[in-house]
Amino acid sequence: MQTVNDVLSESVRKEIEHWLTKFPADRRESAVIPALTAAQEQNGGWLTEEIMNAVAEYIGMPRVSVYEVATFYSMFDREPCGRHKINVCTNICCMLMGSDSVVEYIENKLGIKQGETTADGKFTMKIEEECLAACGGGPMMVVDGHYYEKLTPEKIDTILDGLD
Amino acid sequence: MSAKPEINADDMVNIEINGVPMQAAKGSMIIHAADDANIYIPRFCYHKKLPIAANCRMCLVEVEGVPKPLPACATPVMDGMKVLTSSDFAKKAQQGVMEFLLINHPLDCPICDQGGECELQDIAMGYGRSVSRFAEKKRIVKDKNIGPLIATEMTRCIHCTRCIRTIELVGGDKELGGMGRGTKTLIGTYIERSVNSEMSGNVIDVCPVGALTAKPSRFAARAWEMRSTAGVAGHDCIGSNINTHIRNKEVVRVVPAENEKINEVWISDRDRYAYEGLNSDSRLTAPMIKVNGEWVETDWNTALEEVVEGMRANKDNLAGLMSPNVTTEEAFLMQKLLRDMGATSVDHRIGQQDFSDDGQAPLASSLGSSVEALESLDAALLIGSNIRHDQPIASHRLRKAADNGAKVMLLNSIDFDINFPIAEFIITHPDAFAADLAAMVKVALEQNSSATPDGLGALINDVIVTDVHRDIVANLTSANNSSVIIGAQAMALADLSVIRSLAGLLATLTNAQFGYLSRGANSIGASLAGAVPYAGVGGKAVSAGRNAKEMFDSPAAAYMLMNVEPEHDCIDPVQATSALKAADFVVCLTPFASDVMRDYADVLLPTAPYSETSGTFVNAAGTWQRFSANCAPLGETRPAWKVLRVLGNLLDLNGYDYLSSEEVRAEVARDTGQLKLDNTQDWQCPASLGGASGIVRITDLPIYAVDNVVRRADALQQTVHAVSETIAMNQATADKLGVSGAIRVVVAQHDDEISGELCIDARIADDCVLVSSGTVLSSGLGVPYQTITVTKD
Repeated sequence: MQTVNDVLSESVRKEIEHWLTKFPADRRESAVIPALTAAQEQNGGWLTEEIMNAVAEYIGMPRVSVYEVATFYSMFDREPCGRHKINVCTNICCMLMGSDSVVEYIENKLGIKQGETTADGKFTMKIEEECLAACGGGPMMVVDGHYYEKLTPEKIDTILDGLD
Repeated sequence: MSAKPEINADDMVNIEINGVPMQAAKGSMIIHAADDANIYIPRFCYHKKLPIAANCRMCLVEVEGVPKPLPACATPVMDGMKVLTSSDFAKKAQQGVMEFLLINHPLDCPICDQGGECELQDIAMGYGRSVSRFAEKKRIVKDKNIGPLIATEMTRCIHCTRCIRTIELVGGDKELGGMGRGTKTLIGTYIERSVNSEMSGNVIDVCPVGALTAKPSRFAARAWEMRSTAGVAGHDCIGSNINTHIRNKEVVRVVPAENEKINEVWISDRDRYAYEGLNSDSRLTAPMIKVNGEWVETDWNTALEEVVEGMRANKDNLAGLMSPNVTTEEAFLMQKLLRDMGATSVDHRIGQQDFSDDGQAPLASSLGSSVEALESLDAALLIGSNIRHDQPIASHRLRKAADNGAKVMLLNSIDFDINFPIAEFIITHPDAFAADLAAMVKVALEQNSSATPDGLGALINDVIVTDVHRDIVANLTSANNSSVIIGAQAMALADLSVIRSLAGLLATLTNAQFGYLSRGANSIGASLAGAVPYAGVGGKAVSAGRNAKEMFDSPAAAYMLMNVEPEHDCIDPVQATSALKAADFVVCLTPFASDVMRDYADVLLPTAPYSETSGTFVNAAGTWQRFSANCAPLGETRPAWKVLRVLGNLLDLNGYDYLSSEEVRAEVARDTGQLKLDNTQDWQCPASLGGASGIVRITDLPIYAVDNVVRRADALQQTVHAVSETIAMNQATADKLGVSGAIRVVVAQHDDEISGELCIDARIADDCVLVSSGTVLSSGLGVPYQTITVTKD
């Protein structure tokens, strides 16, 4: 049987330890989001059942609670995905600023629909992203954690073409 | 957040709800005050026994001076607060919430199992709008298979999360969760698996909609077709209060009845689903007699004449055995009948082998406190107990104590899966129990420098004291409220009397209470009624007879068996069945017939199970709980008390003119009225502490094999806790015995031999081989806790 140490690399465990120090000793589960983030990164951007179980065991919380967190937040993926994740905000402010055409443009450019991954495994377009708290700069998107605002087709080309 | 807080008189505030002035405890919520004043506020997520979630918003009320509606379940009362629960403003808010809740809920109540007893239905009628403005598509959710006990229809779920909180609070493990978010939220296990808690069925009661319903009784009856009758659960010594729902003379389902002192609002799955056994095909429906080796159905008169003849012919050597699940009235009448005929051998302690302290040990082994008091313990030592499976409700109480910091400690041979923190535990060979207890006694004696009881010095001189022993004693001593409890599994130990003496002494020395969580629903009632060979009703002196084991070791000529299946229930199934087969005459008063029974019996009398007779169970706390019959007896079945009463008449005995079971009970109550349940006993120094005696066969009493009804409950037998027909040991023992890697092994004990599948189980102590009782395998072996040999098959 695989142990937690087999599933979570040393650097992930170190990262979790780092976050555990930031919370009171009896509130270890507070570190679950950064722990899942680190574990997801190690696994190429998505979480397996095994990884979620390992995080639960490492932190000492019920497995179901980890699944709850991993299914709640859109930044956690539970299916294999591309190297780069594109999250286009489609919530009301961005929608008024034309996010629909941003989505359409990226879909046509990459030849995939929201929720799909390109055949070369380079890009994943996340499904229906909600407000990402950059309403002043809509339409906007987040690619691999970086915010890009006031999007135009040219700007999108530059951003996506610049990724390897 | 916690459930309802404690109320202190000096911590009250004055509030007004709907113009009614009242006082409420500081820190309590508006809904608590309203409930206390019988002002109903609609709710889905709030449940008085569960942590507050405040996520359904159904309980929105108006509070004067606050511009927005507030949830009554999560708004603390404040001095001078004026609450309106049914103002136009509050009603509008409630209607709005109701409309939202119904957006995705199907409006097809006629095809829903919950229809007619549905909180959503009721509240929608009472507090909703008549029309919905939502014309879009509703979502549908795939059903999940969460095991044989709970049916799911998740499209109906309104995400109140009561089930999640119930499983966490009552089941002890977080097995359910809310996955996803927003309109995609799903309640479930994420990875498809069954919900395994032994208290899982309680989610059905708390579910306010038809999302979670009881699988075995699904679509069996509508709420208005059933008659609800009160009863007492008959499978453990807690005596949970239940309501039994009857349709067409048949038990359709069982739900909890609220009793704050015993089971609160919960019951175990065993108490909930055991009723399936009552409706099983193996029910005996007419008296039967054996004529020239062939079974023939007959009428009661003929059958009873047979019994009279058989018993008269063998009256010099007559023995009677009953299960600890019989009612007090039945136990009393059976011992009275047998003793009036001159018999002395009568017993109900079917799972016990050590009777050497009969007469010195207490007549009835009680808990020594109320069931409720278990949750206020600060420390408890459980000896030979799988409390979670033996008495799930007691386990729930103790878990509450453990969550409040109580130190619960265990002395067992199997590292049972306990769902609360265990402060200290010893998992050891059963022959070492005495030495471990002696070591604890030694520590306790050193601590309070009291005089060593007679003879004990020599025994404890050489015992080895470890830090665990010291910690256990320290925990018991330092606690204000501690208890030493002997569990149901321990009752089968070969040196029960030694364990009893030492445990009692340990309790005295550490100032702890001393109690038992014994086997069966009514072992206390049966003992008080005189169903033991050394004492009559209320402990009255009698001429001693043979106990439950001796009556088979030196066989009687005739036996009367009541509600017992010796091949599964007796401590020595092999000896019992062979003695019964050799007997001249055997009569069984039983709700069920089995092939084994047909083999050894001469007359089978169909007697009523607990659902079809009135009677009294006395629970572990000593509470007498009387119940009436839930439904008419099946076929020609008759309540056993009536059968015994008529037999008394037919045998020309005096004093069998009872007109009701109430009269029988009154007689038992009169004769036991002066008796106080007390577990203290005079110090009897054990002859020795025993010691490691090599490879022994240990046993446990699996949760769904405890009695004849449970063993026939289909749904329970499909759960993960169903009996496992294996021979289990840990890896080290398997290596030592040279059977590691074998698929099947043979266990030999004296002349008996069984062959079964080998199961490597790390929970079992070294040198122990587990063959659970109540299994087919165990019925081929003799007394447990004896030396055995194990070889490859």
